[in-house]
Amino acid sequence: MTKNKKHKFIKTQVTPVEPYDPSAMLEAQNLIKKFGDLNVLNGINEKIYAGEKIAIIGPSGSGKSTFLRCLNVLEDPTDGYVFFNGNNLCDLAVDINIQRRKMGMVYQQFNLFNNMTVLKNITLAPVHIGLSDLKKIKFKNAGARFLNLFRKNKKPLIPVEKTAKQIKAEAEENAMRLLKRIGLEDKANVYPSTLSGGQRQRIAIVRALAMNPEVMLFDEPTSALDPEMVGEVLNLIKELADDGMTMVIVTHEMSFAREVATRVLFMDEGKILEEGAPENIFNSPQNPRLKEFLSKVL
Amino acid sequence: MAERFQLFFKHFAEYGGYKNILLGLRNTLVIAVCGLIIGIVIGTLIACVQLAGKRNKAAKVFSVAGEVYTAIFRGTPIIVQLLIFHYIIFSGTGINSLLEAVIVFGLNSGAYVAEIMRGGIASVDAGQLEAGRTLGLSYTTSMIKIVFPQAIKNVIPTLGNELIALTKDTSVAGYVATMDLNAAFTAIAGATYDFMVPYIMLALVYLVLVAAMTVLIKLTERRLKKSDKK
Ligand SMILES: Nc1ncnc2c1ncn2[C@@H]1O[C@H](COP(=O)(O)OP(=O)(O)OP(=O)(O)O)[C@@H](O)[C@H]1O
Ligand SMILES: [Mg+2]
Repeated sequence: MTKNKKHKFIKTQVTPVEPYDPSAMLEAQNLIKKFGDLNVLNGINEKIYAGEKIAIIGPSGSGKSTFLRCLNVLEDPTDGYVFFNGNNLCDLAVDINIQRRKMGMVYQQFNLFNNMTVLKNITLAPVHIGLSDLKKIKFKNAGARFLNLFRKNKKPLIPVEKTAKQIKAEAEENAMRLLKRIGLEDKANVYPSTLSGGQRQRIAIVRALAMNPEVMLFDEPTSALDPEMVGEVLNLIKELADDGMTMVIVTHEMSFAREVATRVLFMDEGKILEEGAPENIFNSPQNPRLKEFLSKVL
Repeated sequence: MAERFQLFFKHFAEYGGYKNILLGLRNTLVIAVCGLIIGIVIGTLIACVQLAGKRNKAAKVFSVAGEVYTAIFRGTPIIVQLLIFHYIIFSGTGINSLLEAVIVFGLNSGAYVAEIMRGGIASVDAGQLEAGRTLGLSYTTSMIKIVFPQAIKNVIPTLGNELIALTKDTSVAGYVATMDLNAAFTAIAGATYDFMVPYIMLALVYLVLVAAMTVLIKLTERRLKKSDKK
């Protein structure tokens, strides 16, 4: 590792980075992940383009969740790179917090904040980020104003677009609009523990949407739900897909994958063994492991 | 039997025993409550440093120091700590004996509270932190806004137990010349040559104190539980 911040990567090895594909939104290059001696991802190369709906299928323990979590570097890859809009997410000089704001993630276990109301769950991040940006601008302006006292050519101040009050009001308005969209506006002021699984998961989705993400990552969003609640969550995801959202969904719902996905990836033992349009994957699978997997789940 | 009680109450009322006991009660509560407050400050600091030590090599030094601190204060009896502070560390400083007891109980409690805080933070599901991070909040922000509030809620009953334990432990503060409850009742016992009545009374006072604290803890707990179920 060199001292230069630009080349300070999460992993120790600094291989020359292949040029990323500028037309891809997300790109994984030779992604390898080990947990101790366990090889979970064994070199994944994948490009995901804007507007695609990717379904990832595969047996349990094949590394689907790990792959998804590497895409927003929730897991640090042991080797390889992830590019998001051309930013190398494994480069410590790239502010991962800023990049993640454009990548929504939804978990099997919802992970709503237990100590906050539904509304606060949705507005927490937008308000916090808005306010801390505002603070930074004000701090910079104060500095500039002070230095302007000694300057001949006064530097212009950064315009403050919104006050703290406006930021909060806007975030709440947006949250209420999203809650209305899923028909849960009357739940704005309750705590998550009082809600059903389906309601919680839809709120978790809406919480991610409040950040206006460019891509949504779903890790088995319906696996922890009672059967009668699966439909409401899948319908919401379908709506998002119809609105053109780019998404990557790890799922065991094969009929959903067939219906919504534009491309299906089949993973086993940390590799993508086959990928293609859903018709091809489900109707004429080539790889013997995929055939075996489908014979079990279909 | 009745004379014994009479003797006790005589000393209690007429020879100023009640003054000592009130002072002792005050001191016991001051030591326990202030000790716990100092303990919470120290314990939270140690727990935070240990969290930082997991992510940052420089903080690792402080984290190890915290571990040594915890090992020392949990590994020796409080009475030995009191004696060491009284006869070695504070010797010749002329420090007020109540302040001395508060400091030692605070330092001691810090070691226990560090463990409590660590457990409280660990009891918050890892998904909570992850959800904060995926929304683009920094580690520190996620901890402060999401994890710590839940951890504090989880540890309040345990901190209550720590207060009870401290209250009972203050009974050794008399060893370093602090007038605590135990010392106040022992003074009466010494003056009347009767040990039975004063010590039974002492036990009753502790029981009432602890019962009152238990009720307070239960009430707080119930309040906290309610706030999650609106
Ligand atoms: N943090 C971790 N530490 C150690 N091993 C892990 C960790 N996370 C995952 N693994 C292991 O990595 C392997 C792949 O896990 P992963 O969760 O990616 O599988 P998956 O395809 O999502 O499976 P499932 O369908 O059951 O969710 C498993 O053997 C799992 O035990
Ligand atoms: Mg998984």
